[in-house]
Amino acid sequence: MTSLPKPSERGTGRKMGLVIDLDICVGCHACAVACKEWNTGGYGAPLSDTDAYGAEPEGTWLNRIHTFEVAPPEGPAQIVHFPKSCLHCEDAPCVTVCPTGASYKRAEDGIVLVNEDTCMGCGLCAWACPYGARELDQVAGVMKKCTLCIDRIYNENIPEADRQPACVRACPAGARHFGDIGDPDSEVSQLVSERGGMDLMPEQETKPVNKYLPPRGRDATAPPVNLAEMAEPEPSGFLGWVDRALQKLG
Amino acid sequence: MHPAPSIIFFTVLSGLGLGIMAWLGLGLGPDGGLYPWVASALALALTGAGGICSVGHLGRRENAWRAFSQWRSSWLSREACLMLAAMAAFGVYAALWCLGGLRLWPLGLVAAALAVATIYATGMIYAQIRAVPRWSATPTPALFLVTGLAGGLLGAGTAAGLSGKPAPEGWVALGLLLAAGVAVWWQTAAAGATRGSQGSSMETATGLGFMGRVRMLEAPHTGSNYLLDEMAYRVARRRAFELRRLGALLGYVAPLVLALLAPGLGGWLLAPALLGHVAGMLALRWLFFAEAQHVQALYYGLR
Repeated sequence: MTSLPKPSERGTGRKMGLVIDLDICVGCHACAVACKEWNTGGYGAPLSDTDAYGAEPEGTWLNRIHTFEVAPPEGPAQIVHFPKSCLHCEDAPCVTVCPTGASYKRAEDGIVLVNEDTCMGCGLCAWACPYGARELDQVAGVMKKCTLCIDRIYNENIPEADRQPACVRACPAGARHFGDIGDPDSEVSQLVSERGGMDLMPEQETKPVNKYLPPRGRDATAPPVNLAEMAEPEPSGFLGWVDRALQKLG
Repeated sequence: MHPAPSIIFFTVLSGLGLGIMAWLGLGLGPDGGLYPWVASALALALTGAGGICSVGHLGRRENAWRAFSQWRSSWLSREACLMLAAMAAFGVYAALWCLGGLRLWPLGLVAAALAVATIYATGMIYAQIRAVPRWSATPTPALFLVTGLAGGLLGAGTAAGLSGKPAPEGWVALGLLLAAGVAVWWQTAAAGATRGSQGSSMETATGLGFMGRVRMLEAPHTGSNYLLDEMAYRVARRRAFELRRLGALLGYVAPLVLALLAPGLGGWLLAPALLGHVAGMLALRWLFFAEAQHVQALYYGLR
């Protein structure tokens, strides 16, 4: 059903999601590659690429890493790598617009999914999402989105260490965390409260489950040194006399 | 937003067809002769053609029938259900009217109400999308309703003119004038309905506003993607002013002049007026999509 689950149906109130540490992310794209690798062979239709080796390659990705430069009013700018995928919003606008019932939010853990067998590929859910988290696969004609690796996290056929989303498992820097954000005592909730985890575009009132940990403040740095000036040779001898004389005249 | 031809033709043609249905259902137009046939066929053909166009952009057409299932939550599903119900009710009403000369007014009222509700649902599909302020922070349902109803009046008048009956030129002119007024109202609201006016910016999108001004340094990918193709459409916005003027001229001014000339020169003048109106509405509907900006483009630095 494309209605959101009512609070009474939510039972345990579990809200599975990701906490992404913008202080640690180095922008290596390993999470995006791992996501594509797992999900192209996992749940639903493969994540297609079109014109992959041609002049205008395009493809379906469930996770994309943007890089921003943030310029404070004073001092040097800072680079922030910014992975972006579905935030599994509590008030997910993508779910309620779905005309076929293909989009739904699970009552038991809050994961937002698409049933590809009933999706008609109209694209309205992608329009409704403020975050650009849904992409219509150009080959399969169905809507693709982050499943929070639903086929890993509950999968008892794989080692326990692997029972987390592929992006979290792949991150070499430990910038991604997976857990129950609805449980205030969970590790991810602790991280969010310690570090001031934030919602993206709160003005859209989607109540995202995924949280982003802001970059920590940088140490104050000394003003930049002018290296070109240091490399200037000190004139001596006759040239030095001319230099000093000209300086006096000027 | 990407102006998909299928959606532009769908919203314009079915809006017009449903508008004609609403007026005929309310009892407008003379009985007898060719008129019931011409008017009913025009209403059903336009609505049906629009409906067929709407399937054009679907990725999985074989699942289109499922769109009738989620009327409790989805405006798109409501639109599909209402449109089918309107066509069915009007079909029966038109059959009795054409074949038996009988206008069953309770059924006509039901068909008219369903037709108006369908146009409203179409408007709400766009008005509900908060991520596109140009649609959600403007009187979009009013724009769709008045456009459809004024077009419907013109369409019903055209059918009268073509079947040699007296056409309601004065009412057509008044309807077009009202529709033009609502279009200006919508346009004025749309000019101020930016992502910024709704509180969204690259700073709120990234949450990094507390650190300073945010700028995109590197996109996630070197090529394009579905998100940019679909929701960051930027081509030809610079020709928007010329196109809007052309749309207003063809869609409102020319039909208005023709409707005012029709009492003297003949009701057939409403036919070119209807053609001009449709062409103008197609141009304005194209702009409705092409000029709309989506907040997700902020992640790509498209301020």
